[in-house]
Amino acid sequence: MAKIKSYVRPMQGWWRRNPYFVRYMIRESSSVFLAIYAVILLVGLLRLTQGAAAWDGWLAALASPGSIVFHWLALLAVGYHAYTWWKVAPKTAPDIHIGGQPLPELVITGGGWLATLGASILVYVIVRWM
Amino acid sequence: MKRSHEPIFWSLFGAGGVLSALVAPILIFITGIIAPIGVWMPPQALDYSRVLGFAQHWFGKVLLLAVISLFLFHAVHRIYHGLHDIGVHAGTGAMVAAYGSALLGTLVAAYLLLAIGF
Repeated sequence: MAKIKSYVRPMQGWWRRNPYFVRYMIRESSSVFLAIYAVILLVGLLRLTQGAAAWDGWLAALASPGSIVFHWLALLAVGYHAYTWWKVAPKTAPDIHIGGQPLPELVITGGGWLATLGASILVYVIVRWM
Repeated sequence: MKRSHEPIFWSLFGAGGVLSALVAPILIFITGIIAPIGVWMPPQALDYSRVLGFAQHWFGKVLLLAVISLFLFHAVHRIYHGLHDIGVHAGTGAMVAAYGSALLGTLVAAYLLLAIGF
């Protein structure tokens, strides 16, 4: 039997061929930062149950240069996730119609960005002053 | 037809996506950057007694559990599906490991929040 269709297109580095795919991979990689951050919070919760000295040790670890660098990178990646999450929301959210008209994409995306801004201010105010 | 579990995981992924889009950047900024370096946030903001009080309040418990659990479920869903993109064709084992670790993190967080008292 003749060997046919034996060529398999190499996929190595596929996402570097197109800026759209590069942005896709940056967005997906934000989940690695988010997972690590969730584990950092979980460790903080564990230290909190172990008393004041353990908690202060966790705070001291967060102040180390490596931790600060990690959190800056995590902020950039997860911030990009937040930007893109609302950007695609018109395609992923349930259809909302007002007066027979679909809600404009700008309203959904802009509303999401405003919600993130509002939630951020709220969290800051609560942590700082309440 | 075999029913898929995808809707459950997609719901958790979606909930985690919304919650992290809303509050993850500010949380990372506060706990990881401005509180440790002491800029725009007084050092006593994350004092032991203050954070303990937050974790002992029922509403604080709900928020902490939601943040830890949903961030984990969101992240493992993306990581699991992203394996394919980097050429790793993962099977059921990787799926169990991914969602299992998010579930484990959730259970540990729930246990700690109960153990810490009210």
